[in-house]
Amino acid sequence: MRKPIDIFLFCLTWGFAALTLISLLFIIIHVLINGIPHLTPTLFERRFTTDNVSMFPAIISTIFFVLLTLLMAVPLGIFASIYLVEYVKKGSKIVTLIRSATEMLAGIPSVVYGLFGMLMFVEFFGFGWSLISGSLTLTVMILPVVIRTTEEALKSVQGGYREGGFALGAGKLRVVFRIVLPSAIPGILAGVILAIGRIVGETAALIFTAGTIPQVPQELTQSARTLAVHMWALSAEAHHTNEAYATAVILLLIVLGINTASAVIARLITAKTK
Amino acid sequence: MKAKEKYAEIFFLGCATVSILALLLIFLFLFANGLPAIGEIGLWNFLTGTSWRTADTPPSFGILPMIVGSLYMTAGAVLIGVPVGIFTAIFLAFMCPRWMYAFLKPAVNLLAGIPSVVYGFFGMVVIVPFVRTISLHLTGGGSGASILSAMILLGIMILPVVINISESALRAVPESYYQGALALGASHTRSVFFVVLPAAKSGVFASVILGLGRAVGETMAVVMVAGNQPRMPEGILRGARTLTANIVIEMGYATDLHRHALIATGIVLLIFILLINIIFTFITRRSRENA
Repeated sequence: MRKPIDIFLFCLTWGFAALTLISLLFIIIHVLINGIPHLTPTLFERRFTTDNVSMFPAIISTIFFVLLTLLMAVPLGIFASIYLVEYVKKGSKIVTLIRSATEMLAGIPSVVYGLFGMLMFVEFFGFGWSLISGSLTLTVMILPVVIRTTEEALKSVQGGYREGGFALGAGKLRVVFRIVLPSAIPGILAGVILAIGRIVGETAALIFTAGTIPQVPQELTQSARTLAVHMWALSAEAHHTNEAYATAVILLLIVLGINTASAVIARLITAKTK
Repeated sequence: MKAKEKYAEIFFLGCATVSILALLLIFLFLFANGLPAIGEIGLWNFLTGTSWRTADTPPSFGILPMIVGSLYMTAGAVLIGVPVGIFTAIFLAFMCPRWMYAFLKPAVNLLAGIPSVVYGFFGMVVIVPFVRTISLHLTGGGSGASILSAMILLGIMILPVVINISESALRAVPESYYQGALALGASHTRSVFFVVLPAAKSGVFASVILGLGRAVGETMAVVMVAGNQPRMPEGILRGARTLTANIVIEMGYATDLHRHALIATGIVLLIFILLINIIFTFITRRSRENA
């Protein structure tokens, strides 16, 4: 019954799937083998010097960027999704417009965000290369991620919850904040985690908005580099390859942590709906 | 009480329109800063000029080399990434034992999460030396930082997009298609490849378009492996520069017209991405209507 073409396609499928896995394993194992031996304690010293390119300031700066960006993007994204899911009448024009705009934002390459952030926040508003310029740029960049995932989360809250709230005499605001939003938290959290991943991995949007100075910023208007930018700066200099490997290990660990967290949350959500 | 509800609705609407506002501002700032440069250089000269020499007097600002460079590398990425991606998606959806799926699916997601600098660095220390060896054997020279290196790296980078979206498109095909094919005497492999895959073609095609968008827009990884010479591509073993690379490499020191020409490069990139987005929306809408 098995014809040659069956066998051929079967082998091709297994082969290509194996190739995907091998690519990933190759990248990860290569980085780990070359990076872990160079993860010396001096790389985590408090100050960055040209002799000791410590990644400590970059780690702290990354945390600052993540927190500041989430602080702006998450409430904004949640409120926007609340409007899109809870308030909108069917077939409304403005919603189509907002959805298309959000989709389009999601497709814009990060280097274009970098240009935009540079022109608007760094120059027009005069914030300079700084923590705040970088965070504002990242906020615009991750907004579509937050909106899309929160929308899904709100939509998956059953209609009966809302009706139950209204039946008990609660106003719309109360229903949204006390009933719908709390039940949507796992989904929203999944979106936030996805957004953190985007922020941690971003480079092109930050170089011309946040600058590349390896310090822990003391003020919002000071320049700082995230771990990804730090790694880019190191790999641009030929004699810091080992430190770049070590930074790559830390970045991979963060990504691994983020992926694990979102897998756990996804499992929680499916367990709940079952 | 009523007033509070009304204000809240207006506030939520305000937040929702931030997306539109942001998009408008991006266009406004890019066009306001880039269009005058295009006017000064001349649209035709800018788009079809084959030399980018910013330090000459008079300087020449032609971005055709970068447009062609972007097209080359994107096409190569699609050529490498799409077959591997689609077959992997088919594997995940129809051929994968359950225990293996539990391992392979997170692996694909991990591939999606790796930052582009890490990809770029990997390309720099692994792919570039590999291509250098090939290049030495074939042409007796070449640094390895080349179009081919960027193609391979971008091919790997677009895999997760192609795999995840193709997989969900394949899974969305009604089970009855597959069963019908089996009932007619087709083997498992045949049913999957000749019945289910064609039925999922618009979703699979959408994944290719999205991968294309990723490849065109990728910046840091490409900069690290492509060589970045601003000249017309002369074969895949030689270096070339993309639109994205042009911006990132020179923005740090560019002034006056040069700087505005770089922003104009951003406009061209943005228009490319918009076209890709429109095609994507068109395909997904059509597939939704068919469903």
